Amino acid sequence: MTPLISPSTSNRAAKVMLWVSASISILTLLFILGYIVVQGLSVLTLSFLLESPRLSGAEGGILPAIVGTFCLMLVTLLSAVPIGIGAAIYLAEYAHEGAVTRIISFGVECLAGIPSIVIGLFGYAFLAIYLGFGFSILSGGLALMFMILPWIVRVSEESLKAVPGGLREASFALGATKWQTVSRVVLPTAIPGITTGVILGIGKAIGETAVIMFTAGSSLLMPTSLFDPVRALPYHLYILASEGISDKMAYGSSVVLLVMVLVINLAAVAIQRHYGRHHVRN
Amino acid sequence: MSEIEIESRNLDLWYGSAQALKAITMAMPEKKVTAIIGPSGCGKSTFIRCINRMNDLVKDCRITGELLFEGTNIYGNSVDAVELRKKIGMVFQKPNPFPMSIYDNVAYGPRVHGLRNREELDRIVEESLKASALWNEVGDILDRSAIDLSGGQQQRLCIARTLAVKPKVILFDEPCSALDPISTAKIEDLINTLKHDYTIVIVTHNMQQAARVSDHTAFFLLGELVEFGKTKQIFELPEKKSTEDYTTGRFG
Ligand SMILES: Nc1ncnc2c1ncn2[C@@H]1O[C@H](COP(=O)(O)OP(=O)(O)O)[C@@H](O)[C@H]1O
Ligand SMILES: [Mg+2]
Repeated sequence: MTPLISPSTSNRAAKVMLWVSASISILTLLFILGYIVVQGLSVLTLSFLLESPRLSGAEGGILPAIVGTFCLMLVTLLSAVPIGIGAAIYLAEYAHEGAVTRIISFGVECLAGIPSIVIGLFGYAFLAIYLGFGFSILSGGLALMFMILPWIVRVSEESLKAVPGGLREASFALGATKWQTVSRVVLPTAIPGITTGVILGIGKAIGETAVIMFTAGSSLLMPTSLFDPVRALPYHLYILASEGISDKMAYGSSVVLLVMVLVINLAAVAIQRHYGRHHVRN
Repeated sequence: MSEIEIESRNLDLWYGSAQALKAITMAMPEKKVTAIIGPSGCGKSTFIRCINRMNDLVKDCRITGELLFEGTNIYGNSVDAVELRKKIGMVFQKPNPFPMSIYDNVAYGPRVHGLRNREELDRIVEESLKASALWNEVGDILDRSAIDLSGGQQQRLCIARTLAVKPKVILFDEPCSALDPISTAKIEDLINTLKHDYTIVIVTHNMQQAARVSDHTAFFLLGELVEFGKTKQIFELPEKKSTEDYTTGRFG
């Protein structure tokens, strides 16, 4: 008996359907990008990038929001990277697989699952109010750290575990201690993977409006210290759009935000390429 | 007769509840090559890894009996495994150079042990690469990644890296099993040279190799030492039937 649909027909149908799915995915992305760029293009000038906003952002530029975003990312990086890598080294290299590692890993998973709005609320209650950091770069940066810490722990742990066991054995066999082995062989070998993960994590953090709006404030003034409030870019464009201040300016800010994320992701790709040969310098 | 450098006395080893070595007693003389042969899974790697206490790193590994190095039981309380491994180096089955430059690979051990002086490091690197017959090939590309070398070169680099620490004993665990015949021949030549200065223990599944490079041979079977003696005798006049079956390829 011959089947209802011949194998060659189903083969062709499958190919067409998969092609359509792929095209829809790509086109959606291109459409969103195109729409935003077209909408925002009219306001994109050098002065838009280099001036402070006037009339709540209806006119002028977005420099303080750009600076504020960078400051937040810096605080997030400086706090999340040492803690995250430290935790990952403990989990991957020191802790014996068992109850303790399972509990820590479970905790990290849970932290990863907390909605950003809840982290924002916690950041507000704990960092801004209880610790007295107020609406500030410090509060915002640390709250974002809670947000991306699980991610950094996980990618770092995976990068460390991907280092071949033979390298550890070789180091021990040469009379190196555990810490020498970890710090001179394992960690340097894992660094390209960790760096890529950290950069992608920062790219995720940059858009976490819900965390930032509860912790970093919404000031449009240039910050002068860690304790000053700032308005990050995504929050700025949210206010511009939701309060009907200026759609054009909102789209302009979106383009800048997109470019920042794009640059961050390209940096991650470049690092991965560069270290493709896995060559570490001592 | 040369002195005994390493001596195992009634050594038992368990991985969890599975016994991998049973009452191994044998003595390995100084500046000689001792080969360990036997079918795979018989405990050759396990035994050689006892000598530099690599099995310390394996969870649930338990050892009883004695293993004497220069007369001291290395499983005694006062012995520091990290210090011991400076004197007993190891070359593994799969070449495992660090993903660093050739220079950094060889300088790794001395640096880890605190040497900072650049000239001294340069001297050790050159010496070690010459002693491992690799200097002619890599002397002018020391900054290149060790990963770019061929498998045979990588293995000789691993030997150089071991020599740089100035050990007294070198353990080889099937060092040629991942290599082509030409690279294998180079490593065998090297072992024949190195035995003038080092005590060598080599695990191999290649009978001809054992016959070519070793002075003494131990035949392991199912975690037990079946027979140990002069290599010539093990291959030509074995006392045990199973030894003869194995060395003549009639095994199983
Ligand atoms: N880390 C380990 N944990 C548990 N069992 C092991 C481990 N390493 C080796 N074994 C077991 O011990 C026995 C001897 O292994 P091994 O010494 O590697 O043999 P060989 O080197 O002679 O092929 C085998 O049965 C092997 O499965
Ligand atoms: Mg083995």
